[in-house]
Amino acid sequence: MDPHLSSRSTVEASAIAAPPEAPLLAAAWAVFRKDVRSELRTRYALNAILLFAVSTVVAMSLGMGPLTISRNADLPIIRAALLWVAILFAAFTGLARAFVHEEEARTAAALRLSARPTAVFLGKLLFNLALLLLLVVVTTVLFVIMLRVEVGNPGLLAALLLAGSLGLVAATTLIAAIIARASVKGALFAVLSFPLLAPLLVVAIQGSANALAGRGWESGVGALQVLAGYTIALFTASLFLFNSVWEP
Amino acid sequence: MIEPLRLIVNDISIEYGARRVLAGVSFELCAGETLVVAGANGSGKSSLLRVICGLQRPARGTVTIEMNGSILRPSEALHLLGWVAPDLHLYRELTALENLAFFAAVRGMRCTRADLEALLDEVGLGGRGDDLLAAYSSGMTQRLRYAYALLHHPRILALDEPTVTFDARGVALVEQVIARQRERGITVIATNDPREERFGDYILRLGQER
Repeated sequence: MDPHLSSRSTVEASAIAAPPEAPLLAAAWAVFRKDVRSELRTRYALNAILLFAVSTVVAMSLGMGPLTISRNADLPIIRAALLWVAILFAAFTGLARAFVHEEEARTAAALRLSARPTAVFLGKLLFNLALLLLLVVVTTVLFVIMLRVEVGNPGLLAALLLAGSLGLVAATTLIAAIIARASVKGALFAVLSFPLLAPLLVVAIQGSANALAGRGWESGVGALQVLAGYTIALFTASLFLFNSVWEP
Repeated sequence: MIEPLRLIVNDISIEYGARRVLAGVSFELCAGETLVVAGANGSGKSSLLRVICGLQRPARGTVTIEMNGSILRPSEALHLLGWVAPDLHLYRELTALENLAFFAAVRGMRCTRADLEALLDEVGLGGRGDDLLAAYSSGMTQRLRYAYALLHHPRILALDEPTVTFDARGVALVEQVIARQRERGITVIATNDPREERFGDYILRLGQER
């Protein structure tokens, strides 16, 4: 008898059956952990976004030199716009990765047959958020150091960057799932995302300009409220729409 | 005794653009039964299995699973379905054990490393659980597909080209899996190998042109 083919294995005997529905958050966490482990081994998205973020900030620094008050009175809004543009375009290079990789590696079928769609969406959203927060931290630190930016209200800037990141991820995760099966993924991701992200960008840039200028928290509360509302609306819509996008 | 279970495939048609691959395929299977779907390349065997597993939407028709008085669509019966196919791909950047642990976790199963190692041993991959899939041969990858499919003890097992890339020991594994599945539920096998028709209680032959 083939030694590999035992008549009844331990697994058979212990009858560890799958429940009809796995706990949602545990399954989402499993998807997140799997994506992190895959990313740490392949470094596809990490390398792409970090390279883009670093090269963008370095290019800004080399092209413009340190931006100082003496050179421009509209400095805070210019700085804020540059920071968010760098974050946005770096995010475009990596945030679609979570779904695109599943389709390109043809693992999506195995995932579809094993996990509830909502768990997949939440896991991928969490992964994108982790990736984006890393990108935001790296880009902002580089931006502050290389362009010699003085941040007047660091707490407000951090809150706006966090709120903006949440909104960005809520909007782009569903779009990443939509474009994953298309042939021109990169361009389509940017084209579909930009109209959705335009309102977020305007509010985040204006709020961040106030934070850089050193204005108080009251100057950023409106922007934070809008970003929170935007995030909740996009997250809810994405959650409802994801089943239609994910199912064949 | 096997719990009552019925797989009902009703009037399934599959189209790719203007090309109709299958038209009006219907059958019912009960627990303990095995169906072999035979036909040449391009006759729609694999597509039919994908439809049964809810991985592809048919142009027309329905697939329903009846169990314990419940009527489920495939997308509602993920815990009942297992699928092995050449186009089933697992995560090459993860090890075999990491793959199985992930799929167990998303299915809500509490498996220990020993449980998963026992499953790998069962499919002939004992001692290779910590190897990355990227280092697996095609035969080993096929064995891991069986581990993936059997992990949650599915009541309905869909096997597409079940012995492809297998050596004689692999074929013995398939025979054993099918024999066990008779005690647990339903098996649907898609094949163009006449030798595999012996696995079935029934044979459904699909023509290439319809």
